[in-house]
Amino acid sequence: MHELYTAIFEPGFFGSSQVQVAATVGGLVAIVSAVTGVFTVMRGQSFGGHALGDVSAAGGSGALLLGLSPVAGFVGLGIIGAGVMDMIGVRRLRGRDLATGVVLGAAIGMSALFLYLTSTTSATTGAVQQILFGSIFATPAGTVPLAIILGAAALVVLVVVGRPLLLTTVSPDIAAARGVPVRLVGLAYMLALAVSVGLSSLAIGAILSTALLIGPAATALRVTRRVTTALVFACVFGVAATLIGILLAYDSYYWGTSHEGLPVSFFIVAVVFLGYLVSGLPVIRAAAGYRAGADPAQAARAAEREELAA
Amino acid sequence: MFAAGFMMNAWITATIVAVVGGVVGYFVVLRGSAFPAHAIPKGAFAGAAGAALLGINTIIGLGVFALLGALGIGSLGRRGRHDVATALALVMMLALGAAFLSRTTEYEPELYSLLFGEVLGVSTSEILPTALVGLGCIAGIAVLYRPLLLASITPEVAEAKGIRGHRIEMIFLVILALATAMTVPVVGALLIFSLMIGPPAAARSVTSRPLLAMILSVVIALVTVWVAIAASYLYNWPVGFFVGVLGAASYGCGRGWAAWQRRGRARSAAVPALAAGSGRR
Amino acid sequence: MRDDIIQAADPILDVDRVSVTWSGRQILDEVSFRIGAGQFTGLIGPNGAGKTTLLRVILGLQRASGGRVVMGGEGRSGHQPIGYVPQKVLLDPDMPMRARDLVALGSDGDRYGLRLPSRQRAEAVRQMLHAVDADQFADARVGNLSGGEQQRVLIAQALISRPRLLLLDEPLANLDLRSSQEIVGLLARIAREQQIAVLLSAHEMNPLLPVLDRIVYLAAGRAASGPVDEVITTETLSTLYGQHVEVLHVRGRVLVVAGDAAVEPVPLAGTD
Repeated sequence: MHELYTAIFEPGFFGSSQVQVAATVGGLVAIVSAVTGVFTVMRGQSFGGHALGDVSAAGGSGALLLGLSPVAGFVGLGIIGAGVMDMIGVRRLRGRDLATGVVLGAAIGMSALFLYLTSTTSATTGAVQQILFGSIFATPAGTVPLAIILGAAALVVLVVVGRPLLLTTVSPDIAAARGVPVRLVGLAYMLALAVSVGLSSLAIGAILSTALLIGPAATALRVTRRVTTALVFACVFGVAATLIGILLAYDSYYWGTSHEGLPVSFFIVAVVFLGYLVSGLPVIRAAAGYRAGADPAQAARAAEREELAA
Repeated sequence: MFAAGFMMNAWITATIVAVVGGVVGYFVVLRGSAFPAHAIPKGAFAGAAGAALLGINTIIGLGVFALLGALGIGSLGRRGRHDVATALALVMMLALGAAFLSRTTEYEPELYSLLFGEVLGVSTSEILPTALVGLGCIAGIAVLYRPLLLASITPEVAEAKGIRGHRIEMIFLVILALATAMTVPVVGALLIFSLMIGPPAAARSVTSRPLLAMILSVVIALVTVWVAIAASYLYNWPVGFFVGVLGAASYGCGRGWAAWQRRGRARSAAVPALAAGSGRR
Repeated sequence: MRDDIIQAADPILDVDRVSVTWSGRQILDEVSFRIGAGQFTGLIGPNGAGKTTLLRVILGLQRASGGRVVMGGEGRSGHQPIGYVPQKVLLDPDMPMRARDLVALGSDGDRYGLRLPSRQRAEAVRQMLHAVDADQFADARVGNLSGGEQQRVLIAQALISRPRLLLLDEPLANLDLRSSQEIVGLLARIAREQQIAVLLSAHEMNPLLPVLDRIVYLAAGRAASGPVDEVITTETLSTLYGQHVEVLHVRGRVLVVAGDAAVEPVPLAGTD
């Protein structure tokens, strides 16, 4: 029994301060990402959520170049990017993804420039890797309080506009007819998304940022019929995936002979991906209230076509 | 800028890239596949990292992961939202890439050039395979032209004619994967999709006729890439920067043009015609 | 036009010479009509005639370039005076929302902040679902419902805020014949029982003729309104279209013919 325990929790796991920080930061970020992600997937903004991660990274490289605080860079450019996307984005889904792509392209171009300038002006090695992939174990302890504040801010915004946002997502026309300021609500959401993604990109890296934003939320939406349940499920799944991933990454250092281990991001993404696949199994879908025989993909495509044609 | 051999390589390859980007990009914009166009090359990059680790030619790694990405997006997308499928397939590939990269530390310069493009990095031996793959992509589009167009614009009519949406989507994603894999060395994994979005979107703002839009899209893409290479040569800044910015600019010009056209029509409004409503559907 | 006879009391809705131009085209040209409480009015016209535009102007979603829309009576005191059922609502099967939740959103979807559970609201939702005959699928995912079922839920969503005017944009367009008849019957009953004014747009008027009190016929941006047998006449419609059209009554159905082609009804084989 004791052997089983140490096989799962390799020695020093609970005592390691690195692990504690990672678990705290990762867990908090997972929660914010999950809540933001539920609205993101419902609104079909997965590309936007991912793109803002790259835009934030551009801000990060810019900050690195100018010697500014990375948080300012990540969150600042993220907010600007989100604002631009919202401004030039069209109501039609296809037009919106194009606008996202264009902003993303410009941001990546800037990223290229910043990183190039950084590599010639200073000797920061590993900058590319750091900014692109990030590392949950490399999160500086000083960012934790700021991360909490930013995360809380994003959550507060989403809670406040949650209902009008939901109505707008179902039908902007009905919402507008009810007096909901549709554009403002949409903008508020985008800003919350920018803050959430900027925060998560900084704290846990670009890959995990997208994975924890989209994965748990998408899984939750498939598994439950109610928004509140979906929010709770996404948070639980996101945090669980994070903690399991951290555990596996820690353990992986003890595996095999080379004792190198594999990165945390790999494990967390794998857990999230697996969860999503499982949620697609027929038995789960039946339990979640999908009508048997109804082809969900066809309906999903029909829904997407409606959006594209609108 | 034109004399040095390696520069000629860059010009030639870039031209091929622009042509393929303009043609494939037209359908990317038409089908609303901006996210896959971004995700596939990005995921392919992870494969290149793996290939480098194993000592294989990075192009093969690029190709394999690009195809994996296309297949992943296609099959996940059968059952759920396409954008969710794309996001998850992408992060899974990137996570694998991170796992590969964690095994090696001496990789950064090549990493950078694969991500953002490296003008000087194209060797003569790479031109022929690039041209062949490019030709293959265009041939694929040409062969599938009518079903692809039909399925992209009116999917219901296409289904009625026996053109299955799933199949077309998968084939298109594979063509996209090949197109992006081959263009990564010049323009970089992250920027190829800029070529596939900005110029075609601009072209579609100007004309809605498919062939004309495709030609215009290629022209704009060529201008973009040539200017980007020239500027990169002159200022030593990365090609990707110029491509990204110019791509955004062409998109903006396209939108501006369309808006200007609309305003022009409104201003020159004639006496409102009492159009015969009869039979108008 | 008999609009002046409509009622001594204020009309619920007064559309007064509304015009809309966009991109050089005259979409609506001095459209005028009135609707009173409990009246079932059909907004009929071929596709592209401007029906959706007119509804959007009434809802305040689009600005008119001329004329005005006046909501009668007390105006916006307390509850929302207009219930709206739009033409296309994106209901993705992955959307975590039951029919019940969508109706609840109709009652408080415009309020900010956390929603506290409320027995009153739950009861109101239950009653509304019952009123539209949607009890069977109240807990099903909205994205999984059939066209007719979704339509009922949307109607319940619009009614729960106790509007005095209910606007529906082409609700019958994608329904099969039986669902179509059920919805029309349901709406007529609601209009009568709750004295709600109903304005419903359609491009096919025949299914509605049995229940319509009045008709607003829209063609080429211009409108003629009044009782059905006054508006649907050869003279009136010819003036409206600007060319000679004939109104024929064939086996209890109305047929509007221009030259060789039938303007109304839209042949069933056509898909729009």
